[in-house]
Amino acid sequence: MEFKITMPRKRRELYNKEICACSIFGAMNRDGERFTGAGVMKAIANMHVRGNGLGGGFAAYGIYPEHKDYYAFHLMFTGGSAEARMAAKRDFDPYLYENFDVVFDEEIPHRDESTVSDPPLVWRYFVTPNKKGDDAALPDEDYIVAKIMHVNTQIDNAYVFSSGKNMGCFKGVGYPEEIGEYFMLDRLYQAYTWTVHGRFPTNTQAWWGGAHPFSLLDTTVVHNGEISSYGTNRWYLEMYGYACTLQTDTEVIAYAADLLMRRQRLPIELVAKILAPPIWNSIDRMNEKEKKLLTTLRMVYGPLLMNGPFSIIIGQTGKMIGLTDRIRLRPLTAATRGPMFYLSSEEASIRLISPELDSVWTPNGGEPVIGELNNIA
Amino acid sequence: MKSFVFPEFRIIRDEAKCGQCRGCERQCAFGTHTYDPVQDRLISDDYKCAGCQRCVVFCPKNAIEVRPTPSPYRANASWSREKMEDLKKQAETGGVILTGCGNDKPFRVYWDHIVLNASQVTNPSIDPLREPMELRTFLGAKPDVMEVKTDKGDVEIRTKLSPNLVVETPILFSAMSYGAISYNAFRSLATAACKSGTYFNTGEGGLPKEMREKFGKCAIVQVASGRFGIDAEYLNCASAVEIKVGQGAKPGIGGHLPGEKVSAEVASTRMIPAGTDAISPAPHHDIYSIEDLSMLIYALKEATNYEKPISVKIAAVHNFAAIGSGIVRAGADIIAIDGLRGGTGAAPKAIRDNVGIPIELAISSLDRRLRNEGIRNRCSIIAAGGIRCSADIVKAVALGADAVYIGTSALIAMGCNLCQKCNTGKCNWGICTQDPRLAGRLSVDIASQRLANLIQAWSHEISEMMGGMGINALESLRGNRDHLRGVGLYEWELEVMGIKGAGE
Amino acid sequence: MAMAHNAQPQLLETTGSGESMDAVEVDATNLATKELNDRLRELMLSGVEKVVLRNVCGQRYIGTRLYTPEHRKMDIEIYGTPGNDLAAFLFGHNIRVHANAQDGVGNTMDHGEIVVEGRAGDVLGFSMRGGKIFVRDSVGYRTALHMKEYEDKKPVVVIGGTSQDFLGEYMAGGIVILLGLGGKPHKGNFLGTGMHGGVIYLRGTVDKTQVGGQVDISPLNDADKEIVDHYVSEFVQRFPDLGIGKEEILKSDFIRLSAKSKRPYVKLYA
Repeated sequence: MEFKITMPRKRRELYNKEICACSIFGAMNRDGERFTGAGVMKAIANMHVRGNGLGGGFAAYGIYPEHKDYYAFHLMFTGGSAEARMAAKRDFDPYLYENFDVVFDEEIPHRDESTVSDPPLVWRYFVTPNKKGDDAALPDEDYIVAKIMHVNTQIDNAYVFSSGKNMGCFKGVGYPEEIGEYFMLDRLYQAYTWTVHGRFPTNTQAWWGGAHPFSLLDTTVVHNGEISSYGTNRWYLEMYGYACTLQTDTEVIAYAADLLMRRQRLPIELVAKILAPPIWNSIDRMNEKEKKLLTTLRMVYGPLLMNGPFSIIIGQTGKMIGLTDRIRLRPLTAATRGPMFYLSSEEASIRLISPELDSVWTPNGGEPVIGELNNIA
Repeated sequence: MKSFVFPEFRIIRDEAKCGQCRGCERQCAFGTHTYDPVQDRLISDDYKCAGCQRCVVFCPKNAIEVRPTPSPYRANASWSREKMEDLKKQAETGGVILTGCGNDKPFRVYWDHIVLNASQVTNPSIDPLREPMELRTFLGAKPDVMEVKTDKGDVEIRTKLSPNLVVETPILFSAMSYGAISYNAFRSLATAACKSGTYFNTGEGGLPKEMREKFGKCAIVQVASGRFGIDAEYLNCASAVEIKVGQGAKPGIGGHLPGEKVSAEVASTRMIPAGTDAISPAPHHDIYSIEDLSMLIYALKEATNYEKPISVKIAAVHNFAAIGSGIVRAGADIIAIDGLRGGTGAAPKAIRDNVGIPIELAISSLDRRLRNEGIRNRCSIIAAGGIRCSADIVKAVALGADAVYIGTSALIAMGCNLCQKCNTGKCNWGICTQDPRLAGRLSVDIASQRLANLIQAWSHEISEMMGGMGINALESLRGNRDHLRGVGLYEWELEVMGIKGAGE
Repeated sequence: MAMAHNAQPQLLETTGSGESMDAVEVDATNLATKELNDRLRELMLSGVEKVVLRNVCGQRYIGTRLYTPEHRKMDIEIYGTPGNDLAAFLFGHNIRVHANAQDGVGNTMDHGEIVVEGRAGDVLGFSMRGGKIFVRDSVGYRTALHMKEYEDKKPVVVIGGTSQDFLGEYMAGGIVILLGLGGKPHKGNFLGTGMHGGVIYLRGTVDKTQVGGQVDISPLNDADKEIVDHYVSEFVQRFPDLGIGKEEILKSDFIRLSAKSKRPYVKLYA
């Protein structure tokens, strides 16, 4: 399938990459039992000093059981004023209605009195694809991705920031615990997986779209670190139709995960070896079969190697995955307690919500730690 | 006809130091120094001197100085000394002025206007002395998707992979033919390439039979328009085959190896009679359009049983991004692009100095064009034409190249001083000559060691620069223009290269 | 916030010494890092010599702000999980953690002792210049990075379990002992990369591909054995519930990792 990126290119490559230093946290109940966001809000607040209040966000899985067969689009309409935001919604709505059947939509509930600054208009739509003409041959998910890329690049001030089934992202400018309170995540939602991010961007012009998590369909990514290979990764992904518009390097991880896991159907163990491959010295010493596999992976997918310090938590339906760069320049602690599986930048936050733990460890660089639902419904 | 041209160099001999050992007389093939037995001293003819500095380096008493002569003409911004004297030579001979080496004119050197990034605070720089720094890369076509079949932890690769060259460092030796350079120089390049985990390119002159077994695996053999020395064994002993469509020094025209340089060995390798001029026609006479190129590419793939990557070398000229795209679609695994400053053993000076575009602008636009068409994965790009140091290599990779070819740099490592007299066949350093007396001066052991040293030193410097950017694998530098900024460039130049200005 | 400041000093008996000493309890619940460390310093300046911290959860730099020109000393016990940079720049105090520790334990510590009843995270003992750290279980990446020594001021780190990659990176002095208790093999790579001083004693074996190019692997001589014996005794004393005695630990073979040269990179430059 040929993709045409119609991203308006201002002069040359004038994308500004924001740099992220921050905290991440994830909690999953592997039996599929759902819980509110109160615990993870407490955990991320404990790592308050790792952020600077300029961004926070959550991804939650299993929150829309009554609409679980529809794609839940979360939209952010930005702009300097309420009128500008409504105008963006008026530009977006017709496009949505033309390309999708909208089952239900409403503004995402939030508190009015809160400490978040200058919030955009945030709306959710539950949709199914309405494919016409040539598009009818496309698989649903490719169709949706193409439409999302169109919205994000062509419709001013409108951004689709969550688009999976029975899951959703909530993010903005503020400390993560403030964002959690703003969207009432401790009261309104129950999820079997929560991932959270608190941000410390070094570009002071923070904006709501730039917070983590980054998501596409049901893949979400929260990320601590900086991707020094961003330019290379971005060039490669743009060839496959992914427009990197949200000015944050984390975007490439979400799109790489979508490309490799959903479209190319590679298992997560191999995807981890693409994003964080072992060093050549180690590969050269492996047995023939492994050596051939890893050499081929590096040869074919070299431009998707994520260089630079990172620890990430990838969320997907039924899975939560933690991964660090191959020389572990960023911390990640993993822990289990019964069915609960935790990932965190610091152990203390896990202990705060679960003082007793069955096991605690720090995974090796480049080796993914994967939590899966025991019974996949 | 009396010549009105002035000598370019002046020889200054310190008679007090000179011991009349006549070493300089023996060293100089141009016949600059002669011994006068009556006066018992050496007499030098400035008119013959090429300025190659051989006699200076090898004088045991350091008695000789060779300096460029200042221009004897009144200063004239338009009528430079070179323009005047070339004109006079043409008036005297009616011929085309030939020269060697690469373009020496003051076109902007973009490498010197690009600066690199370094990580601080937000991303640690990596210390290559302690932490692994990986320069290994693969040259060839890569599939878009790798299909695998997993069975309880066992992974089987189902996608058929194209052959690729593995290089341990992104520096390859550029095409310099046996014939243009001496056997010893050619063998030194081959030896150093094998030692350093990289490749050398045979150029149009073929690969002598006795070298095939030992050096074939590090060789990229060329199929040029003259089709010299090509047989199935030649093609199959190498690691890759390169179709030479053009080169940076003389885009659009063919090559000319004067009969003086076609010795018996050269003749045997090229399979032409000794003493004849070896002419490479301008086009490949079986390639008059892009589909013909595709036919040749697949013919070579058949001839090598689809086991070797096929490269196509073109010069960087005006529409070459479109040509490059066509070449990839024609089935090439590697595109080698040679820029304005590429060197040569012999070319008309007018072509060398006026045709082609700088490689820095070329790499970026080719990379971008291929990506916009979604076909960048199908080939690797090797950039050539005036790579002078490791920083140039880092910048080339960041602009989009997979690796670089070095030609002039390799020659300088072996002793060349760019006197630009390669076309005369009288290289006193033993590099660009077939005269056995001269060629014998170049020791394969020493020259190959010098070349390997160069690669080692540059590889280490590249590691340092990459580490400074917080990158520890070459794959993450390729096309990563975010790590480059331009200084003192026009808007359109920044645009073409796809980089921001420093401070932006 | 409120609780700690109003807490009354509590009297506790201690074992070991004949005198009864006051140990003050501090509840760290809801205290920010700075508030907790404010309280600790107040207590030290008021003459308290023993403190027990409860419900610690992620507060950083505990033990750092305790330097006085008179070189006062304090014993601190920690219940809960201390945050990053525990005892950074430590100047002579003793700290015992009754749980796991996080990253940066003993960062540039000068002298004193830290005991961790559990595992520790990354960069433990970074640039350590003296004093001792005992960790019962395993450690993360980059332990004892750039550890230093000068004459008789030698830092020591003893780890009961195993280490991940880059142990002893750039080590310039000091002693690291890695015991590998519990039978787990040593899987760390790049051990001692850039090492140019100091020594690592490792119980068990590693492959030479696991150590940096500047590292020499050799058996222990008599002087080495004495050192190991001494510090293993201290280790066993610190962890009475360890379940394995010094004799049994020392029965296994040890190897010694040390720098081949003081100037490992001298040939690199033109």
